[in-house]
Amino acid sequence: MKVLVCIKQVPDMESRFKPNGGGVWYDEADLAYRINEYDEYAVEQAVQLKEQLGDAPDVTVLSIGPDRVGEALKKSLAMGCDRAVHIQDPAAALKDPWQIASIIANFAADKGFDLIFTGLQSQDRGSAQVGVTVAEILGLPCATTLVGFAYDNGTVTARRELEGGIKGVVKMKTPAVVTCQLGLNTPRYPTLPNIMKSKKKEFLVFPVADLLKEQELTATDALYHPAKKGGGIVLEGDVNDMADKLIGILKEKTAVVR
Amino acid sequence: MKTLLVCEYREGKLLDSSYELLAFAEKLSADKALVLIGSEAEAPRVAAKVYLADVGKYGEYNPDLHKKIVLEAVQRENPDYIVFVHSSYGWDLAPRVAAALKVGQVSEIVGINDGKFEVTLCNAKLRRTVVPRTPRAVLTIQAGAFSYAGTPGTPQLEGLDPADAASALEFVGYEPAEKKEIDLTRAEIIVSAGRGVGKKDNIPVIAALAKALGGELGASRPVVDAGWVEHSHQVGTTGQTVSPKLYVACGISGAIQHLAGMKKSDFIVAINKDKDAPIGEVADVLVVADVLQFVPVLTEKVSRQ
Repeated sequence: MKVLVCIKQVPDMESRFKPNGGGVWYDEADLAYRINEYDEYAVEQAVQLKEQLGDAPDVTVLSIGPDRVGEALKKSLAMGCDRAVHIQDPAAALKDPWQIASIIANFAADKGFDLIFTGLQSQDRGSAQVGVTVAEILGLPCATTLVGFAYDNGTVTARRELEGGIKGVVKMKTPAVVTCQLGLNTPRYPTLPNIMKSKKKEFLVFPVADLLKEQELTATDALYHPAKKGGGIVLEGDVNDMADKLIGILKEKTAVVR
Repeated sequence: MKTLLVCEYREGKLLDSSYELLAFAEKLSADKALVLIGSEAEAPRVAAKVYLADVGKYGEYNPDLHKKIVLEAVQRENPDYIVFVHSSYGWDLAPRVAAALKVGQVSEIVGINDGKFEVTLCNAKLRRTVVPRTPRAVLTIQAGAFSYAGTPGTPQLEGLDPADAASALEFVGYEPAEKKEIDLTRAEIIVSAGRGVGKKDNIPVIAALAKALGGELGASRPVVDAGWVEHSHQVGTTGQTVSPKLYVACGISGAIQHLAGMKKSDFIVAINKDKDAPIGEVADVLVVADVLQFVPVLTEKVSRQ
């Protein structure tokens, strides 16, 4: 059995962001990068499947981006993936979801993957397109927004999270694509022995030009900070003073604090 | 300009969010036709053409079949834009339609800016405008971003029944939401914990403020996913939607899924060390502080009142 996990590296969302000189992306200097949270659940689910099937599945983890994405791939190897594929692309951030999906599909086309895992969406752009589009290009069935995953003898049972906490249960045969929602599982921390072991694992690098055959279908026109709506009172400074002021405001403006 | 609006239908009902698609089309000043995989009784009440496919035959959830139905409607209507709500239904189906047509897709639109589509990124700390490079495009709109105030009308129904009903997906059924131990929708005061509280051991600090104020404990999704607080306390799109008299958000950055669940509260206090966090956009009072330093002091002063 062959499994592919597609991951993206994104900045820590607690960071301060500012548009860069090009005006269509943010300034990447001084940002700390990590694995997209949704994709961490995808890595964990692929590794759990490998464990369930007695180590039989061969798990490849793939990421597109500049040199720094090597760190995300290394962490995935330490979590239990067997092989990393880095599609080297310093300009990945400027490609649209269609191009990113087409690169992945071109890579996967002749590899015969039985299952492809990825996150529901990225934390930075959040288009929620890439996983589904990969499935469409490859002609595979796809279930999105998974909060439950079970595999048995060539059939995937997926629990999809719907609004209001309801779940929708879907079955499909492999080969198939699934996209993972937050909370699907509990991603593991790599242990030191597994970090050491991962250093011997296969790490392949391909230039993006080998795999990119498609033009963009959408483009960013401008990127900017949202206009401040204002209106709200902002309290800053000493903790005691702020608490007194807040209680005063609550007494004045709400009926619930007297 | 012409839009084809793809309605949502679940558990025998048209979802109200379908009307947000009409609001979006009106904002674009576009002509509109709708498509619904549902029932005649639940057709949207609007004076427009509604392509109707029988939910009994095509199911409430089957993106393979629903894609074929939408494509059939696209062929008959020849729209410039095919529009979905950015929901578990829309984000699942839209890319399939876009790929089949090989047209661009713009996801989770929050506004229209000089004819370009405005979307958010990086937890709503930034925005960008996106333009399709294809003459036709697929769009999804953020739930709640466009509100409809049109007058009800009578739809002109036109049946859709593509012969091919083969699908690689089998919809098994729904599982109800977990039983709620706590009905936050009735609470007058809710004090919610977010990722900013740091760790599970700090939850009692937030719970103590809730108790001092006579309110209930709420939580954001990451806190529930991490197992710090039970799911029955979750506020947001996939938890409970609340509108208390006072909502206190402690260490919650304000992801759209959370804001959608609490922004109708009468009075909102946010405590966050990040002055730029999106929660500040909906807060009546933003206290710029570390929750673990500020909340115990506030709790003590409230208790002494």
